[in-house]
Amino acid sequence: MEITLNNNIETFEPDSFNISELLKLKNFTFKMLVIKVNEKVVKREEYDSVFVKNGDNVSVIHLISGG
Amino acid sequence: MTFNEIKEKLFNKTVGIAGCGGLGSNAAVALARVGIGKLIIADFDVIIESNLNRQYFFFDQIGKKKCYALKENINRINPDCIVEAHDIKLNQDNIPKIFNNCDIIIEAFDLAEMKQMIIETIMQHYSNIPLIVGSGLAGWGKFEEIKIEKNGNIYICGDRINEVSDQNPPLAPRVGIISNMQANKALEILLN
Repeated sequence: MEITLNNNIETFEPDSFNISELLKLKNFTFKMLVIKVNEKVVKREEYDSVFVKNGDNVSVIHLISGG
Repeated sequence: MTFNEIKEKLFNKTVGIAGCGGLGSNAAVALARVGIGKLIIADFDVIIESNLNRQYFFFDQIGKKKCYALKENINRINPDCIVEAHDIKLNQDNIPKIFNNCDIIIEAFDLAEMKQMIIETIMQHYSNIPLIVGSGLAGWGKFEEIKIEKNGNIYICGDRINEVSDQNPPLAPRVGIISNMQANKALEILLN
């Protein structure tokens, strides 16, 4: 499948996977994340139940402390 | 646009600033100087001496509440700027009420979990209000790594790498750059 990930088009072997699998695949290990799929926020407790499909627009924003 | 035209345009605008520390105090002052009509600022914290390495406060304000001290300082710079100060710990329940009428919101928290909380809260309640976040500002130098990225209505300013720690403290120059980047992006959106 082909998805837009953080404004870039990326291709993956599987037809679909959940957010937890996406994070593992991409090696996104930051502790604090905001994840959007098609402009809708995906909460941490939904990482296993929300699936990414072909054509989806996914944003993974990581946040670090300091202000 | 002349400066008078800019001021006229900004006079009817309201910017919300979530946190009055390094990012919030400096961004607020920059916006007040250019003539923003109203600032809604919120913080529950008290000024301590170690804040003065980057935050827009003075030695004789140590011990004061940040939100009220910042209001005082803005009044001394631009008395035409209305400042609504909230002495409150922001959370997902009070953020939608406090920043209800803002044209733009600037995220100026310290902790990553608070940054995450406000992004999720604003996206849920006011996804049409631009939110300008600071992330990755610790240390010194490394100017080339600082950038701004847009993601829908969310803008992230910073290098996204340098987290605050004992060995990598937040300091005036870099915090000043990123807070002013946030104010600069707010201006760009408001003047468009």
